Amino acid sequence: MTMGPLLVGLYVFVLACFVGFEVINKVPPTLHTPLMSGANAISGITIVGALYAARTGEVSVSNILGAVAIAFATLNVVGGFLVTDRMLRMFGKKK
Amino acid sequence: MNDTLRGVVVPLVYLLSAALFIFGLKRMSRVRTARSGNAVASLAMLLAVVGTLVELGHIDYRWILAGLAVGSAIGAVVAARVPMTSMPELVALLNGFGGAASTLVALSVYWVDVVEPGRVGTAASVMGGAGAATAVLSVLIGTVTFSGSLVAFGKLKGTLSGNPVLLPGRHVLNVLLLLGTLGAGTWFGFYAAEPSTGVALVLAMTGVALVLGVLLVLPIGGADMPVVVSLLNSYSGVAASATGFVIGNNLLIISGAMVGAAGLILTRIMCVAMNRSLVSVVMGGFGGEEAAAAGGKEEYTNVRSAGAEEAAMVLEAASSVVVVPGYGLAVAQAQHAVRELADLLQKRGARISYAIHPVAGRMPGHMNVLLAEADVPYEQLVEMEQINPEFHNTDVVLVLGANDVVNPAAETKTDSPIYGMPILEVHHAKTVFVVKRSLGSGYAGVKNELFEYPNTMMIFGDAKKVLQDLVSELKHL
Repeated sequence: MTMGPLLVGLYVFVLACFVGFEVINKVPPTLHTPLMSGANAISGITIVGALYAARTGEVSVSNILGAVAIAFATLNVVGGFLVTDRMLRMFGKKK
Repeated sequence: MNDTLRGVVVPLVYLLSAALFIFGLKRMSRVRTARSGNAVASLAMLLAVVGTLVELGHIDYRWILAGLAVGSAIGAVVAARVPMTSMPELVALLNGFGGAASTLVALSVYWVDVVEPGRVGTAASVMGGAGAATAVLSVLIGTVTFSGSLVAFGKLKGTLSGNPVLLPGRHVLNVLLLLGTLGAGTWFGFYAAEPSTGVALVLAMTGVALVLGVLLVLPIGGADMPVVVSLLNSYSGVAASATGFVIGNNLLIISGAMVGAAGLILTRIMCVAMNRSLVSVVMGGFGGEEAAAAGGKEEYTNVRSAGAEEAAMVLEAASSVVVVPGYGLAVAQAQHAVRELADLLQKRGARISYAIHPVAGRMPGHMNVLLAEADVPYEQLVEMEQINPEFHNTDVVLVLGANDVVNPAAETKTDSPIYGMPILEVHHAKTVFVVKRSLGSGYAGVKNELFEYPNTMMIFGDAKKVLQDLVSELKHL
């Protein structure tokens, strides 16, 4: 049996949901805010899609949409990871 | 060579990146490994971006570089400058940008594939049925995440009123709007053959989804905002996943789905902590004026207040002191002042602990971050279940800018809107000092019966100022 890309995608999606539940199931409350912020940065993975969206140099609607998408996604990624690190650094200070 | 690179190496880099995301997220869930987990996840993101750039090959990078530069610069500055107290707002805002990015990617793909080549035919016939359907979902979820997050940001920041805005018939309206977006999406994806009709429909769908996001969050009171932010965080993951379907990239599907699941788990934990069901949060109306009408407008009688000098004398004699920090402490930036006071009391032989309610601050764990910033020792932070039996043997409780989480009405008054919410049972202590600006009600908008208890004394004023006064009084004793 061969599966179309949509079906493969659905398999991956469902399995990844289970991974997400399992990985995050037990978290001390201390880490909830940093974790939310870190997970939020990971959702900026949509940056990969955004990079596909602005592939030529011309001024076109698709490229402008793509460039704004890249800027938003990068803001999400860079800001998210840095601020999460800032929070977690404080926990690190304690012996 | 290039084919091997694109066909084999890049997909393997994506696989490595996905594995590192899982590994990083796992490490992020333990205090000791959290920071390295975050670093691993950032590395995974870097790999994903580099892999994508390699796959794109030799192209014109003008737009890409512009976008990356602007996003990185703003992101770095914001992350370095934002005060720790504003963390919930920042997460809401960044989350909104992530959602917007997913929407824009789906729109851009449509423009590239259909509009700009001037192809006639439905989006489904050009992008494939699955591509069109997931593009619609990506636009819908991404846009709702964006506008919903902006409203949550405004409410957390105080730009928008924290009170629920209740339009008559809002549930019907929201269902109609949702059906409207799905209808426009279906028409756009599968029936509109002219690009001009397609563009009109997709823009209309985006517009309606913007309104829907605003209307979904407006009715929800300020007290429930953390739950909303967490839920929207989950949505932004799902939106990224949908984008993964549109461009046929498993890395996006995996990472997005994981974030979606993580957001849901956190949302559930927060709901449990506040004794709220997710359904009642989403339906809205809790907190602010409505709740105040149910019990908050009652006048307080028999409230005793004390000055810093009197309180300092009681504190000096205490052998066990529990500090209950709340959001008011964070707003007053008093976390350093509280540690100074605690150090002083400890030197005089008192045992100090901090009672952390699961939703202290504005998000679970927010208070821990703030206290860690002030170098409060980790061992002194005690969670609700552990500290509650201790209050019977506690001499003094110092409530700093916390309100609803110490309200005994949650245990005794069945008609109170917060009835059933787990609280810190500070009223069992010998003496309770409540440091607060006024007798105003908290986030939930209900009267706090603790203030009328005979063992409670109010110290009115800004938390930081009061703490500094207490420190100087103690030094003179």
